Order: sequence, then structure tokens, then C-alpha cells
Amino acid sequence: MSELAEQVTTRVSAEMRAALGREMKRAVSYPVSESDIRRWAIAVYYPAQPPRRFWDADVAAASRYGGIVAPEDFNPFAWMTAEPAGVSPMASAASDPDSLEASVGVAGPGLKNVLNGGLQIDYGVPIRPGDVITSVTSLAEYRERSGSLGLMLFTTSRTLWTNQHGETVKTGLGTVIRY
Amino acid sequence: MTSLAVSVGDEIPAFERLTGFAEWNRYAAVNEEFVPIHMDDEAGRAAGLTGAIGMGQLQVAYLHNLVRDWLDNRGRILAFSCRFNSPNLKDQVVSARGRVTAVTERADGVEAVLEIWTADAAGNRLAPGTCTVLIDD
Repeated sequence: MSELAEQVTTRVSAEMRAALGREMKRAVSYPVSESDIRRWAIAVYYPAQPPRRFWDADVAAASRYGGIVAPEDFNPFAWMTAEPAGVSPMASAASDPDSLEASVGVAGPGLKNVLNGGLQIDYGVPIRPGDVITSVTSLAEYRERSGSLGLMLFTTSRTLWTNQHGETVKTGLGTVIRY
Repeated sequence: MTSLAVSVGDEIPAFERLTGFAEWNRYAAVNEEFVPIHMDDEAGRAAGLTGAIGMGQLQVAYLHNLVRDWLDNRGRILAFSCRFNSPNLKDQVVSARGRVTAVTERADGVEAVLEIWTADAAGNRLAPGTCTVLIDD
């Protein structure tokens, strides 16, 4: 078994390589609520009380944004999206290492484990209560490297978030590592 | 003219948290991130780890908290990047830290580049990265 593993030189099939650039996912959020922002702030500052600008309208009104805005790392797509409607089947499949390729209609590499490899983000306008965010993600790059856990596959996706005014909220590159 | 003086070499006050299921479960609840290796020691061991590990995105959140709290409403984050070198293990004290590595005057304020990272109690870096901010108030 270990001899076979050592002979593997790539996990990227021709079909996977041909899918580079393809749109993986497009989602539209429900309007972001102040409650969504409060809960996010509570979770990321726990056990301390989150800064008042995330939950006190008077304090937020005196801030540079003139009102409550979400933390930059806030995710408006958790639990359910307006489009596609309903609970995402991807949510229950999030731990499936081949879910990336499934989203572009090709077979995945069949690796067992997934780790978050990192991310790179450029920020635009902040997210405010009432905003509806659209996210478009495409498959950007495959890279491979040998590591202590064997041949590791690095997959990068590119994401653009815009609000209901067409303004860019953020652009990002995310990498997952599979082995 | 900015009210937040910033110089190369400035250290950013650390943001620290003792991390474990109490923190990870709350983050899973808001980010819908119910992945077995973040919830179950056995799943973590099956993945070759010592047990369950924290979410990479929670490290990202801590690093944003670090920079945002330091800015204190006098600027904004323009860009952020980090990679995940080592997992966040259960009951680890995670410290998000940073220092200023470059400062550039702009017409609309001061742009600063920060080296940022999270580390365990021994100083081993879990999630190193960079952050660019604009200080304009």
C-alpha cells in the first residue's frame, strides 16, 4: 500500500485541470440583520463582551461608519441563503473532501482529509444591516507538494462579494489542503 | 494629519483567548461550520492530529479583532492574508499579535503594513500573515 502511495505523482486529473476557471458557487444572502452581526461578534470575542459598536446603535452612530457594520470577517451566508433557496446541500457535504470538484461537475481526487490552507482578502465597503450580499466563487488553481503526510493537494478558489448596490465588499483567494 | 501615530516596529497589543469547545462551538454556530475535526477528538485523531482542532476561520477572526481593536475606529483594514501552519489544539492559549513593518504617507492618510500572527503559549506561530490598514482619522 505504501509503495503504491509513493508512486502517485499527481492527484490532479485532466478533468479537474479542465475545470479551472469554472464557477463553483453563486449565492445571494438574505438581508443581513443586526442580530446576525451581534451573534457573530459575541462568538469571535467570547468569553469577553464584544465591542459596543457591534451592538449599541448609539455608539455605532458615532463611529466612522455612522452606524452598525459587520466585522470584516463576518459570513452572511451561514445556515441558509435566499439563492439558492433552502438549506444548502453543500452544508451537509462540507466535510466531503471532493465537494470542491462536485461543485464544478467533475470527479474529485478522492483524498481523505481536508485542511484550511490560508486566505488572502482585499476589502471594499463594509456590510451593513439590511445589505444583501452576492458571492461568486470560481476554481482558480491546483498546486501539489510532498509533505510529511504524503502528496498534498493545494486548491485555490477566487471569490467576489458585492452588495445590493453593486459595490465590492471583498475579493478573496482561499486555499484548502487535501491529503 | 492623523491622531494615531504609527511607526515601523510598533507592537500591537495582543488579543488572547483560551480555546476549546466553548469557543469553537460558538463559532460553528454562527459560521455553520460543523466539521467533525472541530467537534470530535476521535475525528481529529483519525485525521492524524492529536484530537479536535479549532477552525482556521476563528484564527482569522482573532487576527481581525487584533487589528480592528488597535485601530480603534481611526482607520480601516484594506487587505488581509494568512496561512495556517499549525493547528489550534484544544485548551491552547492563542495569542494574536502583530507589529508594524512599513508605513507610507498617502493623500488620504497613512497606510501601514503589519506582520500579524497567532501563536501558542510557547510562541509557535499557528497562523502567520500580513494586514494592510489605512489610518485616516
